[in-house]
Amino acid sequence: MIWVAVVVAAAGCYLLKLAGLSVPPRVLQRPVVSRIADLLPVALLSALIGVQVLGSGQHLVLDARVVGLACAFVALVLRAPFIVVVFVAALSAALVRLL
Amino acid sequence: MSAARTSIIRDGLAVGLATGTYGISFGAVSVAAGLSVLQTCALSLLVFTGASQFALVGVIASGGVPLSGALTALLLGSRNTLYGLRLAPLLDWHGIRRVGAAHLLIDESTAMSVNRDTTEDARTGFLSTGLAVFLFWNLATLGGALAGTALGDPRTYGLDAAVGGAFLALVWPRLGSTLNRVVALLAIALALGLVPVTTAGVPVLAAAAVAVLAGLLTGRRR
Repeated sequence: MIWVAVVVAAAGCYLLKLAGLSVPPRVLQRPVVSRIADLLPVALLSALIGVQVLGSGQHLVLDARVVGLACAFVALVLRAPFIVVVFVAALSAALVRLL
Repeated sequence: MSAARTSIIRDGLAVGLATGTYGISFGAVSVAAGLSVLQTCALSLLVFTGASQFALVGVIASGGVPLSGALTALLLGSRNTLYGLRLAPLLDWHGIRRVGAAHLLIDESTAMSVNRDTTEDARTGFLSTGLAVFLFWNLATLGGALAGTALGDPRTYGLDAAVGGAFLALVWPRLGSTLNRVVALLAIALALGLVPVTTAGVPVLAAAAVAVLAGLLTGRRR
């Protein structure tokens, strides 16, 4: 099943890129379309944060991941680069689990 | 080669190197989510758009069916379509060149070509950045996946928490406006509300509705 998802995502994401370079602009350049397209990543990535940090199967739990996210937040406020943010999140959660 | 062109290529390489390093975290996070090294590398080679790849493995990590992960990846990949619309007249590629260039159409290659004055400069920025990111992203993915496999239980190293941190870092530059912050909070609330009552994967997809509604409603007000 994972391979099916890999192939679907690969074909779909490529066609979305090719469509942008090929479709006449007026088809998609309505203000409402570009507004929704701008907001889609915000909504999806935010939902992923919630599910990743608090979800556990069909339950919501508070564990070391929340500490990881809080530390990632601080790192971002301090303008740390992406890789540092990810590392800080992992390290802080790992440390909490050691305690 | 002109000095200006050399400098565009040098910038592209620098961006590629910096972006490529995300690939290490993607590789590690992906094998922690249960994908094989081969599947992880296939994602970076074939999907080649970072947020979509992170989303796909994120949904799988949370127990969702892989296809709902793929669907989330497609929704996130739709922004590349809009990049293409803006770049098409500037890059002015047709036929087989357009088919090849499309694979490199991502955040970084767009950012490094959209503001150029001439088609030649835009193409130079697009290709140097796109190819550099492609090379380093895939090498780093392989390295991260191998390292992740060698580490053993990902929870010991907090790799499950790294996923949340990665998503926060990805959405961070988009949280400038109040509207976007409200959308972000509503999306989190909706997704968390749906976790207990739906199968995994659905809460994230449902959050797309928040973006659609917000886009429609804010348009009407203007």
